[in-house]
Amino acid sequence: MDLDFTMEEEQFRAEVRAFLKAKLPARIADKVRTGKRLTKKDHEEWHAILHERGWLASHWPPEYGGPGWTTAQAHIFDEEVSLAYAPRVVPFGVSMLGPVLIKFGSSAQKKHWLPRILDGSDWWCQGYSEPGAGSDLASLKMSAVRQGSHYLVNGQKTWTTLAQYADMIFCLVRTSTEGKKQAGISFLLIDMKSPGVEVRPIITLEGEHEVNEVFFTNVRVPVENLVGEENMGWTYAKYLLTYERTSEARVGAATAALSFLKQIAQTEQKGGRPLAEDPLFAARIARVEIDLENMKTTNLRVLAGSGSSAAPLELSAMLKIRGTEIRQELASLARIALGPYAQPFVSEALDEDYQGAPIGPDYAAGIAAHYFNERKLSIFAGSNEVQREIITKVSLEL
Amino acid sequence: MDFQPSADRSMLAETLGRYLQKRYPVEVRHQISSSTAGWSPAHWRELADLGVLGGLVSESAGGFGGEGFDIAAIFEQLGRVIAVEPFLGTLMAARALALIGGHEALMGEVLTGSAMLAFAHEEPTSRYDLTSIRTSAKFDGTEWILTGTKAVVAHVEAADHVLVSARVSGTEGDQTGVGLFLVKRNAPGLSIQGYPLIDGGRAGDLHLVDTPSTLVAEAGYPVIEDAVAAGIVALSWEAVGIMDVTRMATLEYLRTRRQFGVPIGKFQALQHRMATVALEIEQARSAAINAANALQGDRIKRERSISAAKYTIGRAGTLVAEEAIQLHGGMGMTWELPVSHFAKRLTMIGHQLGDEDHHLARFIKLGEAV
Ligand SMILES: Cc1cc2nc3c(=O)[nH]c(=O)nc-3n(C[C@H](O)[C@H](O)[C@H](O)COP(=O)(O)OP(=O)(O)OC[C@H]3O[C@@H](n4cnc5c(N)ncnc54)[C@H](O)[C@@H]3O)c2cc1C
Repeated sequence: MDLDFTMEEEQFRAEVRAFLKAKLPARIADKVRTGKRLTKKDHEEWHAILHERGWLASHWPPEYGGPGWTTAQAHIFDEEVSLAYAPRVVPFGVSMLGPVLIKFGSSAQKKHWLPRILDGSDWWCQGYSEPGAGSDLASLKMSAVRQGSHYLVNGQKTWTTLAQYADMIFCLVRTSTEGKKQAGISFLLIDMKSPGVEVRPIITLEGEHEVNEVFFTNVRVPVENLVGEENMGWTYAKYLLTYERTSEARVGAATAALSFLKQIAQTEQKGGRPLAEDPLFAARIARVEIDLENMKTTNLRVLAGSGSSAAPLELSAMLKIRGTEIRQELASLARIALGPYAQPFVSEALDEDYQGAPIGPDYAAGIAAHYFNERKLSIFAGSNEVQREIITKVSLEL
Repeated sequence: MDFQPSADRSMLAETLGRYLQKRYPVEVRHQISSSTAGWSPAHWRELADLGVLGGLVSESAGGFGGEGFDIAAIFEQLGRVIAVEPFLGTLMAARALALIGGHEALMGEVLTGSAMLAFAHEEPTSRYDLTSIRTSAKFDGTEWILTGTKAVVAHVEAADHVLVSARVSGTEGDQTGVGLFLVKRNAPGLSIQGYPLIDGGRAGDLHLVDTPSTLVAEAGYPVIEDAVAAGIVALSWEAVGIMDVTRMATLEYLRTRRQFGVPIGKFQALQHRMATVALEIEQARSAAINAANALQGDRIKRERSISAAKYTIGRAGTLVAEEAIQLHGGMGMTWELPVSHFAKRLTMIGHQLGDEDHHLARFIKLGEAV
């Protein structure tokens, strides 16, 4: 066993660093570091920069525009972009739909949609959850009825992240009510500008507009937009979810958050000394740091073992649970580190053009809001309870 | 031993509870919270008329309460509706003045709701340490002038008079040499950076530059400690009120939300989580009872119970808040759901008057003194 990176891999790391230094706009990195609001334009700008370098779709095969990296390279890249405070690439097109189209899409679909994901022509969102179908996703009701050359779609999706920016949505729809509920689901690509699509904001607890309800009333969708076979959508959806969950390990992001936390703990004072030297707080940091070190290796083991970024079900469940727990704990510790200054919250202070004086330390503005927002990590992409159910079922062979 | 509240206290709690349940539903609370002032003078006057403010201080100071369990009765009800009114600062400042004695006129105005007080002690770098005071007080021959900054002072913009701690002598970290001063809201050299809080409340940083003030106590530290102890009893009971409501709402959700063809409360994984929540809330209630009971007693015993309560409330509060959000799934993440606001307030109570780690360390230290 050799856990060290090879010389070539370290060279690659240097190359990534040089690229980030030259190309990642300081303005955007600063926003990410301090928890400021990213605009649609910020996301698009970074997406275009990565695309230009050919590093956007790190896990796509080269023939579709991926860089052809090894697992180790993808890991190094993830770590470096996070440590440089680059924004996370919005995952819906690149990380979720892309792999599904590559594996199950028709050649016409691949030819049309994949380049548009890469060059940013389409902003995608994910239409899985419905009001009555959350953890029990297979009970979804939104219906698509075939009428000649199109489907007639009726129903509702909810919790749709950034649907307010989206050009396209990939949906799970019901095309049959016969047999097992999983058996009547299809995977459909829908233009958000179609007549009959309506997006309504849901405001999250800290006051952000990040998720939406999406209503579909007699929306006509061309049959060419069906991915794979009718009634086989559940298989594709599950394939996508393993990508989603494994990517929720977010080792790089956690590493960056840990380093930010340590900076805060050096700056904050307790009894005339840095908070980082307080034995109780130091122990809190140490625990999460150890957890993260362990998870880094777990993550690499899983990726090396599966040879791709889609891991076996129970392992991707483990990465999802521990990865999200670690990031939640890091957000929680940053909040605790602020002491009384975790309380003030001026939402406008998260905007780029805000002119007001900072309240308390200049890094404090977004930290408590971020902590509350990160509660979502253990709820979405299959809640952590559902992930534990998966591990239990697989290990008990029930 | 008798765990029943006295008849007077039950009546106060009932009157206040009835008023708040009827007049202060969550929509009203949000409206008040998002207003410029961040509190409601109209409600404040009505609550003063109901006698609620009198419950905060003792008879000798013109009130009819002021004991741990009086404070408990009031703040538990405030917690049940996550009220954003300036009760905490009023309690601490009024209690300090009552203890010092001799401010009958001002006290009278405060208890009738016609004058507002704020309690400004913590500073930007003090991190919950009550002795870490840098604000300086100097006597310039005719009056005391103060210079320094006070951090995250609850409802400081609302105050007509601010009770400010400042160093008369000694250095940061000394218990001796900390004086208490009254500063008028419109005093020269006083400025406030006011802001909303993430839990819906409002506070501000108070900046003083050569600001004239009136000395009310030269050896102020024991008074500050007592006022903060009362503040912690208040926060602990506010938390108990919040936790009870949060738990009931979550249980109701587990009964009604269906997934996989059954109410999610049927899943044993969630049942056990709610059992833990119930257990932790009962432990927290006991800690809050201990603290309320100890408020009148001997200092070391009082302060240990106070730190034990704040530690317990901090730990249990975070757990209850996080579980409530988690068990509501996506709904728990929404502004629309009242529980999310209860969860935010509960979490932020952990950032007031000392967090878990602070009070754990303090509990150990006070133990060494026994
Ligand atoms: C911020 C955010 C962004 C999101 N973005 C998207 C998106 O872009 N697209 C999309 O399609 N969806 C999205 N989701 C939806 C997300 O996937 C769902 O919230 C999630 O699947 C949980 O479903 P639910 O909210 O209906 O909760 P429920 O399924 O009602 O769960 C409620 C509680 O019950 C528990 N529970 C449920 N079943 C079981 C069981 N069998 N055993 C034990 N416990 C159980 C859950 O863990 C949870 O604690 C997002 C959600 C959030 C919060």
